Amino acid sequence: MSDKGKLALYWAASCGGCEIAVLAVNEKILDVANAFDIVFWPCVMDGKVRDIEKMPDKSIDLCLFNGGIRNSEQEYMARLLRRKAKVLVAFGSCAHEGCIPGLANMNSRDEILQFVYKDSPSADNPKGVLPEVETKVPEGTLHLPFFYDTLKTLGQTVDVDYYLPGCPPEPERIWDAIVAILSGKLPPPGSVIGAETTVCDDCPRKREEKKIKEFKRTWQIIPDTEKCLLEQGIVCCGIATRAGCGALCPQVGSPCIGCYGPNAGVEDFGARMMTAIASVIDSEDPEEIDRIIQEGIPDPVGTFYRFSLAHSSLRRSNRAGNGKPAAKEEEAEVSGR
Amino acid sequence: MSDGTFEPKIVGFLCNWCSYRAADLAGSSRVKYPPNVRIIRVMCSGRVDPTFALKAFELGADGVLLAGCHPGECHYLEQNYKAMRRFSMLKHTLRAMKLEEERFQLLWASAAEGNRFAEHVAKMTEEVRKLGPLSWRRNWIEKGLDDKEIEKFLKEHEEAMEVPAR
Repeated sequence: MSDKGKLALYWAASCGGCEIAVLAVNEKILDVANAFDIVFWPCVMDGKVRDIEKMPDKSIDLCLFNGGIRNSEQEYMARLLRRKAKVLVAFGSCAHEGCIPGLANMNSRDEILQFVYKDSPSADNPKGVLPEVETKVPEGTLHLPFFYDTLKTLGQTVDVDYYLPGCPPEPERIWDAIVAILSGKLPPPGSVIGAETTVCDDCPRKREEKKIKEFKRTWQIIPDTEKCLLEQGIVCCGIATRAGCGALCPQVGSPCIGCYGPNAGVEDFGARMMTAIASVIDSEDPEEIDRIIQEGIPDPVGTFYRFSLAHSSLRRSNRAGNGKPAAKEEEAEVSGR
Repeated sequence: MSDGTFEPKIVGFLCNWCSYRAADLAGSSRVKYPPNVRIIRVMCSGRVDPTFALKAFELGADGVLLAGCHPGECHYLEQNYKAMRRFSMLKHTLRAMKLEEERFQLLWASAAEGNRFAEHVAKMTEEVRKLGPLSWRRNWIEKGLDDKEIEKFLKEHEEAMEVPAR
């Protein structure tokens, strides 16, 4: 047996970009392999959940977990890896704040299944079959994971030691984090490993005075190359977003969409964006303000919570049928949290 | 909720210079209005960050009232215009989150308008009462699933996670 550390990586509800980002550290991946035995990484190598189950608790030194918790299997894996890992890192935006999968929290499970299996243009499902948790076949019973109504972040499911933001995290930041973890130079548990400035601080564009009469969508104008995008009326999330990417998007004329998550001290990303964006509207007439907002920002949740709906104060949309008095035990459960 | 009727919880952010004084006046002139608003005094309506309102809903408020000086009469010159824009922006977002309009309201009330404040609170309380409780946190709990059932699924996964090799 080698005396190297043990590393596990897992992929829950996410697109897979985080796995690619780990490989994007290029030749340094060999240094990772020098420092760690990789015990589990389903995307890249064979490995069985049974083997992980058999390992003693806390025997994995580091687990990088990407993806949100969308179904019961992912919850099982999150709890299993939490038990086995000394350090559990919520890796990337999905595990950290729900990211794009979390936007599905605007709809209920039933609506999602209805669209995906029946209504979507590419669905070919004449019998209208929906996935069942249990299906009896002659050979026995088949199981599928239970699809949750609300996507949770990893931190809402189990205790997380560190968060590595980004969709996906930049390779340099991943490397910095691995070095920090290996050398034990870590911030207090529960914190985000990253910068404490905003994307605006990295952005070379010139900022003067923000006064906005009209918001513009990116396809409506060719932005000036020097001037702050927000001053040109493009909703740019750099103000609330943690630095770490090097302001890649605004430098090429595309607004920051907030993939690096809320900066330190920002409790709710969308609220911070709303504060900043609303403040620069150049009008004192309520009707004009409403018009500017409604015409300029047709999809406020997708604009302000593109990466962080599951992590936000409200987590998901209000459910139809809410408003009825809570059942007794449900009320107790709510107040007990 | 002792006699079974629903009493909405409304969090009111009132500015120090006008609306809080309006509430004060309503009290000292003994205007009757429902006791459903929990008042938080802030120096200016412009101080109210959307985070405050979201936090109130998250923690169990059924409604949030934002009140400040009339436009043009702000103690800090024009910060209530800022409040107006933020209110508009947050309202737009909350609408998209399927929150009923009546649960988030804006009121301009000067220090002399105790009656206006009391009337608005009475009206808002009735509107929110009609909608019923919000209890946003209930949205997070898996519908029809309690922790025990989730545990049952997890146990099944433990048993059925892997197809044994033949």
